[in-house]
Amino acid sequence: MLDKNGIAKRIAQELRDGWYVNLGIGIPTLVANYIPEGISVEFQSENGLLGMGPFPYEGEEDADMINAGKQTVTTLPGASIFDSSTSFTMIRGQHVQLTVLGAMEVADNGDIANWKIPGKMVKGMGGAMDLVASAENIIVAMMHANKAGESKLLTECTLPITGVQCVKKVVTNLAVLDITSEGFRLLERAPGVSVEEIKNATAGRLIVGGEIPEMHL
Amino acid sequence: MINKVVGNADEAIDGIKDNMTLMLGGFGLCGIPENSIGALVKLGVTGLTCISNNAGVDDFGLGLLLQGRQIKKMVSSYVGENDEFERQMLSGELEVDLIPQGSLAERCRAGGAGIPAFFTPAGYGTEVAEGKEVREFNGKPHILESALTADFAIVKAWKGDTSGNLIYKGTARNFNPPMAMAGKITIAEVEELVEPGELDPNFIHTPGIFVQRIFQGEKYEKRIEQRTVRTRS
Repeated sequence: MLDKNGIAKRIAQELRDGWYVNLGIGIPTLVANYIPEGISVEFQSENGLLGMGPFPYEGEEDADMINAGKQTVTTLPGASIFDSSTSFTMIRGQHVQLTVLGAMEVADNGDIANWKIPGKMVKGMGGAMDLVASAENIIVAMMHANKAGESKLLTECTLPITGVQCVKKVVTNLAVLDITSEGFRLLERAPGVSVEEIKNATAGRLIVGGEIPEMHL
Repeated sequence: MINKVVGNADEAIDGIKDNMTLMLGGFGLCGIPENSIGALVKLGVTGLTCISNNAGVDDFGLGLLLQGRQIKKMVSSYVGENDEFERQMLSGELEVDLIPQGSLAERCRAGGAGIPAFFTPAGYGTEVAEGKEVREFNGKPHILESALTADFAIVKAWKGDTSGNLIYKGTARNFNPPMAMAGKITIAEVEELVEPGELDPNFIHTPGIFVQRIFQGEKYEKRIEQRTVRTRS
């Protein structure tokens, strides 16, 4: 089974040289720590920054330099800064090659819910709806089950959705899965996790074809 | 060259009345017009509709206007980080219109650009699309979003000149440029007000035509919401 860093490390293997990538808050942010050697990517932060660097050294924080999670960050050489409408021009216009974001629920048709729990939590969708509606390649990074132990991979989202039929791939602490027209297709198992365990933890339709390899991390 | 300088925040917000619609730049607490918000608190106007990506935190930014019950309605994309906001929203005291961030930015830009509405895929099939026209382009459904304008847009820049040209610093730019274009009256507060000619015209972010009033803020706290650092190894 993977921890959050393991999920991020597996997703980092999906990065390709020359890609512009938007990382959401939470596990997706950790992906930046595991960029494979020999690959150059630039991270886009939807508040208006391309070429985002690591957190600043203590004492060098700048209130005017934050990421979309409102954390203090730095810029890398070649970075650029722009306004919010230009930022979403990049996103809506499909100039960003990969979006990685967290989710509360993913349905086996690619629907995603991650912005609202009616009556409980209403923080807003931020940029998530724009990202999922336009990104060509969306990977969801999340735990397979919620805190109550219930599967987050469903036949249909129970929470208000963020976008329809948009998720392409899901990487969880248990597995890597593609979204196909027939449901989730199991691609890889996390180290030490059996196909049976993944089946039991997945409420949505699951296709298991042939031998399922373990992830290489 | 037109001089748009006003003496201070109080003079800048002259004419803002109860029940008006305001746009306020900023992302989180980054690039918010702190001095103008302070003046609005002092002025005590109420029933405001505030269009701003976020709602500040309990004791800073728009949170200060919420504390004084000066806001009737918030139009935002993300409103976490604010307990008083959540309380007023759940109790029904505060109306809230949540809008996808890119649609919010584009609706402001469109408002300033004379484009009354546009189609976007963001929000299709979700609560956001309820009651909105859907049309397919290139085989993909889009929803119709309308432009936003405001009685006053209040933005914050790093440097500005007396004719209203603005330069922002870092990610404090965010919603400020699109909102600056969408105010019937746009107020710019800057950290440093300079004479015309001191800013290189090649590097102006917001041309002065969009700004009606400008002043140098008395002081900037520039609070950091999430201080994240790495240690030197």
